[in-house]
Formats: sequence, C-alpha cells, structure tokens
Amino acid sequence: MTRILPPGTQELLAPDPLLVPPGSRTPGRISQRGPLRREGPAKLTGLAKYADDLVFPGAWYGATIRSTEPHATLVGIDLDDAFDWSQVVVVTAADIPGDNVVSLIRDDQPILVPVGGEIRHQAEALCLIAAADRETLRAAKQSLKVRTERLPAVFDPLESSDEFSHLEVRRGDVEAGLAQAELVIEGTYRVGHQEQLYIENQAMIAVPQADGGVTVHGSCQCPYYIHRALKRSLQLTDAQAVVVQAETGGGFGGKEEYPSMIALHAALLARKVGKAVRMIYDRHEDLSATTKRHPAVIHHRTGVMLDGTLVAQEIDVVMDGGAYCTLTPVVLSRGVLHAGGPYRCPNVRISGRSMATNTPPNGAFRGFGAPQTEFAAEMQVNRIAEALGTSPLELRRRWAYQEGDTTPTGQVLRESVAAIDVLEAAAEASDYTRHSAQTSHAREARGSGARLASGIGIAMGWHGAGFTGSGEVHIAGVASVELTDEGVVRVLTAQTEMGQGTKTIFPQLVAGELGIEPAAVENAPQDTSIVPDSGPTVASRTAMVVGGLIIKAARRLRAQVESVTDRPFADSYREFALQHGALRVDEHFEPYPNVEFDDATYTGDAYPAFGWACAVARVDVDLDTGEVAVRDVVSADDAGRIIHPVLAEGQVEGGTLQAVGYATIEEIKLVDGRYLNDRLATYLIPTALDAPRIEAILVEKPFSGAPHGAKGIGELPMDVGAPAVVAAIHDATGVWIHDLPATPERILAAMTGAPAPGSPGVSSPAPKRGAA
Amino acid sequence: MSYRFFVNGDPVEVEVPGMRRLLDVLREDLALTGTKEGCGEGECGACSVLLDGAVVDACLVPVCQVDGTSVRTVEGLGSEEELNGLQAAFLETGGAQCGICTPGMLMAAEAFIASGAPAGDDAIREAIAGNLCRCTGYTKIVEAIALAAERRRAGGPGAL
Repeated sequence: MTRILPPGTQELLAPDPLLVPPGSRTPGRISQRGPLRREGPAKLTGLAKYADDLVFPGAWYGATIRSTEPHATLVGIDLDDAFDWSQVVVVTAADIPGDNVVSLIRDDQPILVPVGGEIRHQAEALCLIAAADRETLRAAKQSLKVRTERLPAVFDPLESSDEFSHLEVRRGDVEAGLAQAELVIEGTYRVGHQEQLYIENQAMIAVPQADGGVTVHGSCQCPYYIHRALKRSLQLTDAQAVVVQAETGGGFGGKEEYPSMIALHAALLARKVGKAVRMIYDRHEDLSATTKRHPAVIHHRTGVMLDGTLVAQEIDVVMDGGAYCTLTPVVLSRGVLHAGGPYRCPNVRISGRSMATNTPPNGAFRGFGAPQTEFAAEMQVNRIAEALGTSPLELRRRWAYQEGDTTPTGQVLRESVAAIDVLEAAAEASDYTRHSAQTSHAREARGSGARLASGIGIAMGWHGAGFTGSGEVHIAGVASVELTDEGVVRVLTAQTEMGQGTKTIFPQLVAGELGIEPAAVENAPQDTSIVPDSGPTVASRTAMVVGGLIIKAARRLRAQVESVTDRPFADSYREFALQHGALRVDEHFEPYPNVEFDDATYTGDAYPAFGWACAVARVDVDLDTGEVAVRDVVSADDAGRIIHPVLAEGQVEGGTLQAVGYATIEEIKLVDGRYLNDRLATYLIPTALDAPRIEAILVEKPFSGAPHGAKGIGELPMDVGAPAVVAAIHDATGVWIHDLPATPERILAAMTGAPAPGSPGVSSPAPKRGAA
Repeated sequence: MSYRFFVNGDPVEVEVPGMRRLLDVLREDLALTGTKEGCGEGECGACSVLLDGAVVDACLVPVCQVDGTSVRTVEGLGSEEELNGLQAAFLETGGAQCGICTPGMLMAAEAFIASGAPAGDDAIREAIAGNLCRCTGYTKIVEAIALAAERRRAGGPGAL
C-alpha cells in the first residue's frame, strides 16, 4: 500500500528516544519515593485491558429497559408484533432462577421489576434485551413498550414516612449543656447528590460456562459482592460463579455495590443467549441510573461559653437513601459517628434517620456519609468563631481532640491522634494567619464598587479507618502470601486496583518483610476462583487492614522457610520452592486489641483508629456574578504511616479536587425524580483550569494495631475540602452559604437577600400534564 | 466506502460507513483499544488522538474526515518496555492513577510539547483543559508534562 503521509508527518512519527532503557527499573529519584506504579507501563501504553477493551468473539450486546416514572405499577411489557423477536433475547423477572434481589443489606431491591410489581424510581431496570449487533438491539428496544399505572411519589426525605434506619449517639446531658451555654448557635445545612464520575463507565461482560455457571469480567471494587449476588440469584455454587476484575478506570465508591446489578443483568442474558453478553454503559445511562452521594439535611444546635468553651452539641441528620436501601444504613452510621467533628465535647446527642424517596438509590462515594456531616460540623465551628470574635484556627486549637479524649460513643482516643498536628501543619504551610489578616483588612477597606474579593478558609476533620464498629469482624477477611513451586512470591487478595495503588503497595509491603525486591513479588489476579475473600475495597481499609494481613502472612512465610533452610529468606526461597514445592500462608483477620463496639447501643470503639485532616483554601469571588475561583488548597492529612509518598499524595490531591467540585459546581437537578443533568455536558466536574494548586502535606501518627502503623488515606481529604472552600467564600463576601454546592446563584442570593434556589437534592414535581 | 489513512505510521484501509466514528474504527476495526471512550460527546477527552498533529476527540470525528490523514494514538508512543519521555515522566511523578484518562491526556500533552510552547503551569493546564481526570486533581499530571518538556529542552535522556 502506498504511504500517503502529508508533508511534515514523518518527523512527528519518528521514534522517541528512551528515558527508561530496557532492563532498567528505577529512573530518576524514584528510589526514595517507593516503587513505580506496578501497572503503570500498561496504562501508559494503552495495553491495560479495561472491560470494554476485552474481546469475546461472538459476544452479544445487552441493554436495559428502564422506567420513565418515579413510582408506578408495572402492568405489562408489550412486544411489537412487527418486529422479528427471534433474532433477540428478552429477559424479564420471570427468567430469574433464584431470588429476585440484589443481595446487599436489605432484600428490597429487585434485579428486574416483575410484571405486577412496583417501580420505585426513574431509570429502574424493568427488563433486558440482547442482540448480536447494536443496530438490531436498538430496533428491539424501540419495539418494546412498557405499560404502567402511576402512583404518587415522594421526593423530599423530610416528607417521607418510609425509614431505612435510624440511630442515636449520646454522651452526657445535652439539654443541661445547652441550658448552661452562654451562646447557642443554630444552623441547618443541606447537601445534594454528587456523582462519582469515574471516567470509565460501568461495564460488565458475562460468559456462560459449560457447567451451567457464569464468569463475569468487569469494572468493580468488590468481586466478592458480585460473587455472592450471582450465587444467590442464579442459584450457582461457589465454583460456578466466577468474577474477574478487569482494569478499573476509577471507582470512588461508585463501583462498590452497583456492579452487582450489572453483572446480574449480563449473566441472566448470557445464560439465556448461550453466548457472552456485553453490558457496557454509556455515560448517559451511567449518570441516569447508578448511585450518587446521599443528599442530607443536617441541623445543629451548639452551646458554647463566651470564653469559647464547647459545652453541648445537638445534631440531627436526615439522609435521603433514594428508592432502595443499598448501603444507606452504613452510610448514615458513618455520617452520624463523624457528625460532631474532631472536637472534645462533654454533652452530645446525634440522631440520624435515613429515609426512602422515589429517586434512584444513593450509595457509596468516597467519605461515605462523613463529607456531608463534617461539612455541617465545620460550618458550625466557623460560624461560632465569628460569633465569638475569635479566630477559627484558635478555636480549633482549643477544641481539637487530643490523646486521652473521649468521643460521643465513649471511645477513648488512646493513640494516633493527630488533630493538632494536621491543623498546625496546614496553618503553617498556607501562612493562614497572615493571609487571614490580609483578607479581613481588604474586606474592611473594600468600597461598594469592588468587583473581586479574596478569602481564606480553614476546616478540619477526622475519618474512622476501616469498617465501622464490628464490621471488620463480620467481614472476617482472609489474605494470603504464597511461594509457588516455581519460586515466585505471590500476594493473594480480593483487593482491587482502581488507581489508588494496591498493586504497587502490596508487593512493596510483602517484599519489605521478606527482604526481597518489590519487583520479585507478584499480585495474583482479582479473580474469585483464585484469590480468597479479603473483603471489599472500600472504607480506606485496603492499606490498613489487608496490608496488615499480608504483612503478617509474609512474616509467617519467612519464618517457615527460614526454619527449614536456616538461611535468610532472600537467599534461600527459590531453592526451598524447588526442593519442597509450594507454600501458602493464609492470614485471617483478628480483631484489633482492645477495640470493642456495641452495635445495639452504639457505644464503644467505633473505629480502631481515626485519620485526621485539615484543609486551608483560598478563593477569589467575583462580586458581580458570584463566581468562585478556588486558587489554592493546602491539605494536611495523617494516615498513620505513609507507605508510598507519591501514591499517598495522589490520594490527597485527587480527593481534594473532588471536594472542591462538591463545594462549588457539582450538583444534580431533578424533575419528577429524574436526574436532569445526566450528561457530561451538563454535570460538570473541575477541569485542569478550574482546579486549584493543591499542596498535600503527609503527617504520620502511627497506629499500633496495624503492623505497619498505617491507617487509611483515601477518604480523608474528601471530608475537609468543601467546608474550607465555603469558609473562604465567607471570608471574601461576608455571607455564609449553608447549602452545597455554593453556586453563583446561592452566593448572589445570600449577598443580595434574594430568595435562595431550592434545596439541593430535592426533586421538583412532574410538569403538569396538558400544560403548554 | 473505503478510507485510507495512517495510524502511528502504518498505512491502513478500512471499509466502513463514512459516518462511523474514528473512535470505533480505532477500537473495533483496528483493535487499537488504547484510545478510550468516556462520554461519547466530546466532553471528557479520554478519546483524544492526534490528527495530523492536532488534538481531536475521536468520538466526534467521522472516519470520512480522516481519509488521507495521519492519526497518532497512544499505541504510537513508547512501548511497555521502552516508554517514551512523556510516558516515563507520568510514571515517575504519579501522573497516572486509574489510567483511563491517561491515553488521551498523553496525546494532548504530546501535542503541547511538540508545539514548543513554554511549558508554564498555566499553559500546561490550558493544553489539557479538554481532558478530564477524576483521580489526580491534575497536580501530578501538570508536574509530569512540565518535567517531560524540561527534559526535551535540556536534550538529555527522556527528550521526546
């Protein structure tokens, strides 16, 4: 074939000189910074295989038929006789061999709404279609009609009478505390939905197997959640249900529970078609149907003395779970447990309720309830500082937890308390006091013609590491390290890599224990037929909990090998494997010492340890338009021990920008229970130009319960960014924005006294029928 | 219809409808799955490729417009064993996390560095403003591009 290159193209296509010559492992300064990202080269060359990159010859394409009403009875599903239905496969609830539920906490969510059953939200799955090609699939979708009878819908959690869960945490006597207080500050704060917006959409491919089982390949955080869901609803054995994680393009909680639904859909279709079926969501379907961060309404009454002593916190949290339970009770629980903020207070009552509405179910998202309640808590602290005429930094210095303090659940913080450390680190790095003096001087000197105002804001937070209460005991995770008969060290866990660095730090941790190079340690694939159930990849538990398990497993492996060879592991393990064959050590989770929690009374040690974070944000606010530019954010985060500084900074930087988006632009509008901005053109996340300059400061207060001292880091920065930004907006403008996001509309309304836009997260009713 | 163009220097010919998206031609007809789809409407930049050196969203380009041109994708940069300078800078600084925006981000950065424009922070951010990343907060991506540009200017190892 003739080359028809335009002039100049040859030069562009010339091969690049190499930075990393073949055989070289560690270019640049990496040696001090932890190993290079394990799967980095595959991702950087386009070779990494995400679900939609996997090829299964002859695979069919699957689609989901969804509701277009928020609450209705599904009367019937009609197939148009004009269409040749023999060329497609349709799956309804009647095709589900086992339980028609997506197995999670409560058995309320169907895989498909049965005919005669209740549709509880927009975009709910009603039936499935698969075809050999996309054109046929599209035609089939248009030839299928659903008949429904509409039912009244509830959109506001405050008007709902359908409760998923409630709980209360009490310490001291809150009524007496408030009565004793010289100043009581009250506030109601509302936050709306937030979309995880992983750049890779949800995707699952199911492949039917000869034994009647099914293998599912896809994008997910928790292969064993899917495994359980498949077993139950398809009536499969452990071995018949196989879940294999494909490379996963971001999760942030959004791929914790929802992938089970897609995997079930793909598997049902694949078994009926008898071929592999691809369920690859496009962005519109992903935004319309999948879970979001829970909207919440949080009311505070805080009692203080005029000398600044905190005497009482009364907090009421209402979360909107959406139409089905999903993980809502656990989200509410974490939200309630963090709702007071990282502050010592003798009299506390925090009550929480999670309510059902006829909106798509809300679910896991980085922070898991804490960003909502900690936003409210930090707003209170900043408003109290203003009311007392004191510095918000100084007030936090007085109130922040220190070792020996007791939390509202009665947990004594015996160790690893870094509240003051992160506060001082962030204040110093941001030069908070000097900038704060400058902005307040500028505000006082500002004339009425001013067009731009700058502000600085501070917020701090805490985040319980690992599962809440006795969660880790219930998970009973198992992780393994093995020496194969070929002399290779392998880590076996169900922990997924979704960008946070699992595949890099696990070999690093194991290699450190064994005295070998990280590159000599392999990761077993996240395939349920190969790796044990070490629990889900959520709750900032991977590095702390599972990292701890594999360290212990590696120690035992080393001891066993060395007891036979009588030489250091590094010098003898290959020889050991050749002589004695494979050796595998399974490490079972054991409760952290002295950590006890009573799930019934909500008292005791809510978490084995907490991480601590403080953010300082600087903003410019356009006083004409209300537009906010977040200029820079300093985030100081304590994760116990830092395993890999580059990856840890990456978590802080990424989490901080998600928090900035939450604070300023990310909002979902709803009409008739349907997400209106369900495209990337309308649901906006920060671009590189919108993003502030982010400085991550890593603070280390080790946790003795984990062998490496590490706590979680992933969620921490998400808790503190938004209140810091809103405090900075107040510093610039003098107005408090109680509802997130702090959009130009809300800021202008607050500045001019105009009515504020509606509550975030609450749907407008359906437009009147017949109206022009 | 038949369309002929170059992909990463190799001549290709495809028999497809003229309005088929370049993205689908690359991923499905040519099995080059390094280019990703994030939104299908030109908002996220995950499918960024170079068309005669200019950054385009492959989801918005019908293949009929590609006839006779030269397309460059992530597969045309370095290999896993021999990363090019830009890829290596991303690896060193931590510019790739989940990796799904990475191919498009690399192509936008490649075009920016090839332009020879001064690689200041603002200029780099402008150059990748059409490429969304949800993992990194962009900090380490900007750092990686600055590092690669600096090395190219210095002409040392890692020059593009």
